[in-house]
Amino acid sequence: MSSGLFTAVACALRRDLTLAARKPADVATPLVFFAIVVSLFPLGVSPEPAILRGLGPGVLWVAALLATLLSLNRLFSADYADGSLELLVLSPQPLAVLAAAKTLAHWLTTGLPLILLSPVLAVQLYLPEAAYGTLLLALLLGTPVLSLIGAVGAALTLGLRGGGVLLSLLVLPLYTPILIFGAGAVTAAASGFSPEAHLSLLGAFLVVALAFVPWATAAALRISLD
Amino acid sequence: MFDFLHKYASPRNFYDFAGILIPWLAGVTVVLLAIGLYQGLFLAPPDYQQGQSVRIMFIHVPAAWMSMFVYMVLAGAGAVGLIWHLKLAEMTAAAAAPIGASFTFLALVTGSLWGKPMWGTWWAWDARLTSELILLFLYLGFMALQAAIDDPKRAARAGALLALIGVVNIPVIHFSVQWWNTLHQPASVSSIAKIGAPAIHPSLLWPLLIMAIAFTVFFAVVLLMRLRAEILHRERYTHWVAERIKS
Amino acid sequence: MNWSEFFAMGGYALYVWGSYAAAAIVLLLNVVAARRREQSVRRELQNLQTLNPSDSE
Repeated sequence: MSSGLFTAVACALRRDLTLAARKPADVATPLVFFAIVVSLFPLGVSPEPAILRGLGPGVLWVAALLATLLSLNRLFSADYADGSLELLVLSPQPLAVLAAAKTLAHWLTTGLPLILLSPVLAVQLYLPEAAYGTLLLALLLGTPVLSLIGAVGAALTLGLRGGGVLLSLLVLPLYTPILIFGAGAVTAAASGFSPEAHLSLLGAFLVVALAFVPWATAAALRISLD
Repeated sequence: MFDFLHKYASPRNFYDFAGILIPWLAGVTVVLLAIGLYQGLFLAPPDYQQGQSVRIMFIHVPAAWMSMFVYMVLAGAGAVGLIWHLKLAEMTAAAAAPIGASFTFLALVTGSLWGKPMWGTWWAWDARLTSELILLFLYLGFMALQAAIDDPKRAARAGALLALIGVVNIPVIHFSVQWWNTLHQPASVSSIAKIGAPAIHPSLLWPLLIMAIAFTVFFAVVLLMRLRAEILHRERYTHWVAERIKS
Repeated sequence: MNWSEFFAMGGYALYVWGSYAAAAIVLLLNVVAARRREQSVRRELQNLQTLNPSDSE
């Protein structure tokens, strides 16, 4: 039974990753969006290094939040349209675990590339060198939570009119703690303080979200497909 | 106990029962509001620091309490609807949302009106105001989700799940905002005593409590009114509704 | 304390009365919105009945 579950998770994961690999543009769009949003700030606010250094952590995190949001539609909507989501719900394996696998695939194709891109954009914002490690670690702990919470929102808004805007209205208020501690960690590191407290809270959020949110996603999928 | 619950939880009996209850509760609201306003505006002494502006507290704090309380009612009703498929609970969640949003809005407006004389600015990123703002967004998200779903059953269940996630998140959001606030608090805000500080004199506490109870009863009145309309709407093809409409 | 002093609220008239006015408006709008909802439902039900009077028998 447990090996069956493992196979199902591996299949769901491999399927979503293969689909993403076949359509690289879908993966690239949120990344380009991330880069554009970050580049808009020097144009809109000021190219002054001192100002950008102060804004940097917040700008990077807000842009990462928005880029994740933009990619959430992809999580279930194609499977919903072609009916394969119904099959997933009907499968004998626990839906929460399968939803977690799909969320992991989403994170691997959005959160992880965002993290890899972030140091380049941090250079543009004159982030102090001491803060790079913290930026990467904070994003590593925070972006999975963004994918997890976003998955519930995506499941709840499946097939609704105005889904995208509605989704942001549902999900963004729930993202505020991640934003606060994620940007807080980077700011602390940039100004020479220890980001440890911020990072351990982000880690705690991740553990709690991993344990509970997939069940909520499964419940949301059942409600939307009923 | 279950017989009682079953009797009044049936939409038809609840409709009639609420019809009897509403005028009484409305009367209680008016009396409580009158007492609270009299105490708050005439009997309560001006604060030695904030002067007469302390009277804003009798609106602001009860409104802020209600904004939290109504969200708890909303999520609780949603959970009951989700678990026991009780139609009345589903309707309660949907009916409570706009009332709660209006109280949240009132708390924000009065917080801003209180902030101007106290902080010298209409808006400060104070922990309480920021939490209220995010709470307002949570209410608006709930209402937008309900409005976007045509099937009432799916709307109720999706809304309930969202409300439950929101309820779990509210303490986390509140804690994060408070943490963030202590790090970023500008000097002009921290130098002035926090509004609605806990060490409160009884002459201020009584009107505060009475206003809070008045708001709670008011919420019950409007909730029952909305529920009655919602019951009529959902049961529009039944005989008893036709009877009630004819008379 | 005389009335003009009372209405002046120690210089905070705008903020204090603004808050109470905001509260009055919010409470009133809640009642109005609930009543309008009920009226629109009742109107809809009346239409249903005139369209299909046998339904009410």
